[in-house]
Amino acid sequence: MDAVDLARLQFAFTIGFHILWPTFTIGIAWFITLLSALWWRTGRTVYRDLMRFWMKIFALGFGMGVITGIVLSYEIGTNWAGYSRSVANVLGPMFMYETLSAFFLEAGFIGIMLFGEGRVSKGAHFFACLMVSSGAVFSATWIIASNSWMQTPAGAVADADGIFHVVDWWQAIFTPSFPYRLAHMVCASFLTGSFVVAGVSAFHLWRGHHLVASRKAFSMALWLALVLAPLQAFIGDLHGRNTLEHQPTKLAAMEGLWDTTKGPGMTVIAWPDQAEQRNLYAVEIPHLASLYLTHSWDGEVQGLKAVPPSDQPNVPVVFFAFRIMVGIAMILLATAITGLILRLRGRLFDTRSFQLLAMAVTPLGFVAVLAGWTTTEAGRQPWVIYGHLRTADAVAPVTAGAVTTSLLIFFVVYNVLMLAFIWFAGRVALKGPADTSPPALEHPGIDRTNAGLFDSDTSAPAAIGGAQQAGATS
Amino acid sequence: MTELMQAEYVPLYFGALAAFCVTVYVLADGLDLGVGIIFLVAPRDQDRDLMMASIEPVWDGNETWLVMGGTLLIAAFPAGYYILLPAFYLPIMFMLFALIFRGVAFGFRLQATRFRLVWDIAFSAGSMLATFCQGLILGGLIGGVPVENGMFAGGPFSFLSLLGILCGIGLIGGYALLGAGWLIWKTDGATQVFAREIAHAALILTAVMMALVSVWSALTVPEVAARWFAWPNLILLAPVPLVTLAVILSAWRGIWNGAEPRTFLLAIALFALGLIGLVVSLWPYVVPRHITVWESTSDPQTLAFIAVGLIIILPIVLAYQTHAYWVFRGKTVHLEGGYGGEGGGH
Repeated sequence: MDAVDLARLQFAFTIGFHILWPTFTIGIAWFITLLSALWWRTGRTVYRDLMRFWMKIFALGFGMGVITGIVLSYEIGTNWAGYSRSVANVLGPMFMYETLSAFFLEAGFIGIMLFGEGRVSKGAHFFACLMVSSGAVFSATWIIASNSWMQTPAGAVADADGIFHVVDWWQAIFTPSFPYRLAHMVCASFLTGSFVVAGVSAFHLWRGHHLVASRKAFSMALWLALVLAPLQAFIGDLHGRNTLEHQPTKLAAMEGLWDTTKGPGMTVIAWPDQAEQRNLYAVEIPHLASLYLTHSWDGEVQGLKAVPPSDQPNVPVVFFAFRIMVGIAMILLATAITGLILRLRGRLFDTRSFQLLAMAVTPLGFVAVLAGWTTTEAGRQPWVIYGHLRTADAVAPVTAGAVTTSLLIFFVVYNVLMLAFIWFAGRVALKGPADTSPPALEHPGIDRTNAGLFDSDTSAPAAIGGAQQAGATS
Repeated sequence: MTELMQAEYVPLYFGALAAFCVTVYVLADGLDLGVGIIFLVAPRDQDRDLMMASIEPVWDGNETWLVMGGTLLIAAFPAGYYILLPAFYLPIMFMLFALIFRGVAFGFRLQATRFRLVWDIAFSAGSMLATFCQGLILGGLIGGVPVENGMFAGGPFSFLSLLGILCGIGLIGGYALLGAGWLIWKTDGATQVFAREIAHAALILTAVMMALVSVWSALTVPEVAARWFAWPNLILLAPVPLVTLAVILSAWRGIWNGAEPRTFLLAIALFALGLIGLVVSLWPYVVPRHITVWESTSDPQTLAFIAVGLIIILPIVLAYQTHAYWVFRGKTVHLEGGYGGEGGGH
C-alpha cells in the first residue's frame, strides 16, 4: 500500500474508533443531566442512584473520547498536510471554535459533574451537567459543520494554488447538508445511548436486582427510543433527499444505481460489480426508490455512470454500509414498538424474552453509527473536498514507514483500550446502581420526607484511603 | 488606536495569543504531567491516591489547552501547522500514545483491583514519555526544520538531535518541579514531605538542563547565538539569565522553610523565563528561519472571524477554569463518585 492508502486507513481507523465515544457520551450526558435535574427537583433517591451509576460509566467513556479526539486534532496536520494547507482558512476556525466553545466547556465542568456532588449545591451540580452535555452537542455541531463543508462546500473559493478563501462565513458554516447531517448524528447518539441504558437495565431486571432503579431507567429509555427511532427515520429520509440533490454520485452508490433511471426500483440486496459497472444477483422492488427519493412514481435519479469510474467511490463499501445502517434502524424501531405494546399490556418489566432482546440490541446503535459514517465518508471519495480536492492530493510529505509504524501502534493500543474499557465499564454496569432506596419509598409523598435518612451515610466524603480499602476488599 | 489596528500589527496579536496558549498549556498540563512523572517514586500507595486525587478534577481542562494550541495554529498560522506537524510526526504520535495511556489511567486505575500497578506504570511512564516528546519537539524547533517549496522536506527522523534530548530531560525536570510544587501546596503530612524531597532533586535537574540547553543551542545554532550575543542585545537580555539564577536560588531556599505555595509559584516563574528565552531565540519565526509570523498568517477574514470568538469566549473559559480550581481549593482529600467506581461510602 502507498502512503495515501495508509494515511486513509489510519484516519479511518482512528476516527472510527473515536466516533464511538462521542456517540455514547452525548446521549448519556443528557440522561445524567435529566437525572440530576430530577434529583434536584423531586429529591427521590432513585434518581440520585441512577445518576451516580451512569456517571461512573460516562466518566470512563468520556476519558476515551477526549484522548482519541486529541489524536485527531494533530493527525490532520501530521498525515494530511496538503489538506490542511488547502482548507486552513475555512476549517481552522471551526476547529478552534470547537475547542473554545465545546472542549473547554466540557473540561471545565466535568470535574464538578463527576466529583462535585456534595461540594456544590444540587442546582449547581445540575448546571455543571448541563454545561458538559451542551458542550458535547456544541462539539458535534462544529465537527459536523466542518465535515458538511467537505461534503457540500459553500461560501469559499479556491485560488490558483488550491487554497480556499472564505467569502461568506454564514454559508461556509451552514452548508446545504449541515442541518440534516447534524440532526441525523445527534439523533443517532441519543438513540444509541437510550438502547445502552435499556440494555443494561434489562440485564438487572432479568437478574431481578436493583429493581426500582432499573425499572425507572428501562421505562425512560424505551419512551425515548419510541420517540427517537421514527424521528431518525424521518430525518434520514430528508438527509437522503439532500444527498440526492447535492451528492448524486454518493446517493447512486448507496442505492447501487448504475444507469440514470426514471422511476428506479429499490435494490434490496445485490453484489455491485465495479469493474463491470453493474449489479450481480440483484433483488429489486420496482419504483420504490423513486417513491422515497423523489416522492413520485417516475422521478429521475442520476446513476453512477454519469461520472467516469475514476470519480466513483468504492461502490460495494458504500452500498453495504448503507444497508447495515438501515437494517439496524429497522431492528431498533421494531424493538421500541414492541416495548410500547408490552407497556400498554402492563408487561414491560416482566417479559424475559423482551429483556433478552433489549440486551441483544445494546451494541447495534454503535454499529449503525459506524456504518453511517462509512456510507457518508466512503461515498465522498475520491474527493476529500467534494468536487474540489482529491484525497490523493491531500496527504502529508511523510514516509509510508512512519505512517505504518504509527498505524500498527494505534491498532494495538486502541484494541487494548477497548478491552480495558469493556472490562471496567462492563464490571460497573453489571454491578448495577446502588440500591439505597428500599421499595417502600417508591411513593413520592413518603420519599421526600424520608430522603434525608438514607442520604447521610453516602453523601459524606470518604476518608483518606477509603477508595483503596474498598478496592482491596472487592 | 488606528495605528495599532494596522494590518502589520495583526499577526503580532495572534502570535502573542498563541504564546499565551502555549504558556497556559505548559503551566497547567505541566503540573499534572509533573505529578505523573514523580508518581512511581512516591513511597506509599496512599500518597499515589492523594496525588492523583489532587489533579483528577482539573487535568482534563489542562490538557484541552494542547488542543487549543493545535487548533489556534491551524486557524491563525496554517503554515506553521502543516509544516511543523509532519516535521515532528514521530514525537507527536508518541506523545499522543503516551497521553492516551496516561489519560485512561485516571479512569481505570481506581477501577482496577488486581492490576493497579499496570495502570500506575501507564500513568507515570505515559506522563514521562509525553514530556520527553514535547522536549524533542522543542529542541527540534530551536534547531530548525528543513523546508522546501513551503512544505516539510526532511525524513521521519529529522527531528532527532542532541538538543532535543537535552530539552526532553530538562522538561521532565521542570514538570516534575511544577508537580512537586503543586503537591507541597495541595497535600500535607507524609505526602508533602515526599513532595519537598523530590522538589529538591527536580530543581537540580531543571537548573542543570536549562544551563546545558542554553549553552548547547548557543554553540550549535549560530542564529540563536547571534541573537543573544549581538550588541546591544547582550545588555538588554542579560536580566533573563540573571533573574533565572535568582529564581533558582530562591526556590532552593524555600522548598523546606518557605510558604507552601512558594515552590509552585517559583516553578511557574522559571517556566515563564524559559519561554521568554525561547521567544528571544526564535522571534519572529513560526517555522524557525523559514517562515515568519507575517508570512504564515491566514486570511484577514479568517483572522477576524476567530478574533471574535477569542475576545468573547476565551475570558469566559479562563473564568470557569479558574472556578473549577476554586471549587476544589484547599488540601486535597479523597474524592467520591466519578471515576472512583469502587471507592468511598461502603
